[in-house]
Amino acid sequence: MTNRPPSASLSGARVPPAPKRVVVLGATSAIALEVERQLAGRGCELLLVARSSERLAAMQADLVARGAKQVLTCAADLGVVANHAGICEYVRWSFPEYDTVLLAYGAMHDQKDAEISVDTLLEDLHVNYVSAAALLTLFAADLERRRSGCIAVITSVAGDRGRRRNYVYGSAKGALALFLQGLRSRLHPAGVKVITIKPGPVQTQMTDHLPGAAHFAEPGLVARDIVRALERRAPDVVYTPKIWRYVMSAVEHIPETIFKRLSF
Amino acid sequence: MATPALTIARKRSGAAAPSNCFASWGGYPKATHRYVHRPAWNDEIAEILQTAESESLLPYGLGRSYGDSCLNSSRELIDCHRLNRILGFDEATGAVRCESGISFADLLKVFLPKGWFLPVTPGTQFVTVGGAIANDVHGKNHHRTGTFGAHVHQIALHRSNDGLVICSREENADMLRATIGGLGLTGVIAWADIQLRRVDGPWMDAELIPFQSLSSFMDLSRASDGRFEYTVAWLDCFAGRNARGIFFRANHSTDNRKQIRSRRGPKLPFNLPEWMLNRYSVRAFNSAYYHAHAARKRPASVGYDSFFYPLDSVRQWNRLYGKRGFLQYQCVIPESNVDALGELLDRIARSGMGSFLGVLKQFGPAPPAGMLSFPRPGLTLALDFPMRGDKTLQLMRSLDDVVLQSGGALYPAKDARMSPELFEASFPRWREFEPYIDPKMSSSFWRRVTEGR
Repeated sequence: MTNRPPSASLSGARVPPAPKRVVVLGATSAIALEVERQLAGRGCELLLVARSSERLAAMQADLVARGAKQVLTCAADLGVVANHAGICEYVRWSFPEYDTVLLAYGAMHDQKDAEISVDTLLEDLHVNYVSAAALLTLFAADLERRRSGCIAVITSVAGDRGRRRNYVYGSAKGALALFLQGLRSRLHPAGVKVITIKPGPVQTQMTDHLPGAAHFAEPGLVARDIVRALERRAPDVVYTPKIWRYVMSAVEHIPETIFKRLSF
Repeated sequence: MATPALTIARKRSGAAAPSNCFASWGGYPKATHRYVHRPAWNDEIAEILQTAESESLLPYGLGRSYGDSCLNSSRELIDCHRLNRILGFDEATGAVRCESGISFADLLKVFLPKGWFLPVTPGTQFVTVGGAIANDVHGKNHHRTGTFGAHVHQIALHRSNDGLVICSREENADMLRATIGGLGLTGVIAWADIQLRRVDGPWMDAELIPFQSLSSFMDLSRASDGRFEYTVAWLDCFAGRNARGIFFRANHSTDNRKQIRSRRGPKLPFNLPEWMLNRYSVRAFNSAYYHAHAARKRPASVGYDSFFYPLDSVRQWNRLYGKRGFLQYQCVIPESNVDALGELLDRIARSGMGSFLGVLKQFGPAPPAGMLSFPRPGLTLALDFPMRGDKTLQLMRSLDDVVLQSGGALYPAKDARMSPELFEASFPRWREFEPYIDPKMSSSFWRRVTEGR
């Protein structure tokens, strides 16, 4: 980081460096693995954190073949908050020069299950919000101390408005987006960038069972938008595919009296 | 129901991905599937196989088989396109280990810049390694290198009854020979070790030579096969026995100063109405194609993609044939029986149902890599026919007679309608293959050609 010549845009604002060393939390999620491949093609170094060591090994080999300079892995369940300190310590110890953290994990149960089972409801809230907020707090402290870097988090357009069909997942992702707003403001003086990524529905195993899944965006396209945002370190909030920015702004303006009658 | 927003999003993302339409490339026959499994990791396959009913599953790659060999009507598919990782690469030897759902396009993207090329490639790069093995695909270099299966060192095969089986020339060699050309029926390939070949770069030194008869094609082919790694001919099938055509031959270029830029071409956005494709428009196309190419004879340096994959430049070109789809007819005729080829071309010319893409190629003497491999010494002819109902099928049946009499064979990957008799004549040793079929696997094609046997 330090030996790179300072670059400046015309306006004189500092242009932060493109990602070189990226920590991916939830590295075997469908969107994450496309992002990792594109970063590998740019010669980045990666540290992958996910639950299955077998899957991590497969990804590691793939990313090295696709051009990653170095790929480290860490097999751990990110949904368990007790693991977080150890994971963060491992990252700082084995990958001290990391400049970007991408949080890409999430879970979506069938909404109907979460309506009748409090356990399922809590699990969704825990994985998608509680554990993510806990983990980000640790990495935020580290980056704040170093006064550089970037945190990017994959949330969802589902978090922009509570819908009948998936408000449980949506509320967790929405809470996470609010958390990121605050975190962004807190880390701004330290020069740490926080990017909220809001994908529309994407073709992944998480959504295969949903109606219309065939029409969802391809993970590779979503990943391209994410990598572009990481490279430019901007903007603060990224909708992908871009159309969702406009769709959600329209959806947010539907009066509640009407919205509550909509079944989607 | 997709909301309007979703529809817009899909259009923007250019989707309608092959990953989501479980049809075959020819669009005939149509099939609906009870369920499609979409594993993203090899560790999920065992459970899919365990829980399935017998004869209910078939692995599916990118659906570039033309007929029904990649379909499993009213049963289940395993969509393998997410199993697309490279698991290892030996820089010294060029051997790559990859999962079975990786596409040739993806392999080229990664390995061509490193100076490695596919050992054998069909006319599209949008096929998976699994599909290439299952159909034991051939390419324009068959006379030199044989089929794709000959370049597979080792595979790991998920079997419903005995787990993950490693197959190589030394270990379970018979299972490897069954899986090569085995139409996906022997199990799901977890990974395969493929031998790539060295190239200096992405450019090809290509020549094209017009010819006016089958015998001049034969002469050209004989004269070229020694000096050129890749040879193939395009044929104007309206000319009958006196077929005119363009002979293409090429080698990998050693001169690679220029950068290559891969293009993402336009896409045919919808099925063309059927009336646009008639004997006059197709005849005009054939004529224009011949004269356009005959006019430029000079050897030239062309990019690998325009040499190997000219059709890939129009995505979803199969929509050209309208919503009823089209049929491919690819046969091989023994060399001793070239007259039969003339008879085939005569019958096609008389029917007036010629195709855009008559392709002619001389297969080499390489021994078959798999039990059901299609290529064998002789001449192979591939043609497209728009599906126009009974009269199309009738023409093809009359072509079958010629192929049967000549001792030739039809290619399962291109077939949607051959009879069990013709299948048996094409692959007399299919019963030897049968015991290797996984008890959980079946396909529309297999049920059709073994019906009543």
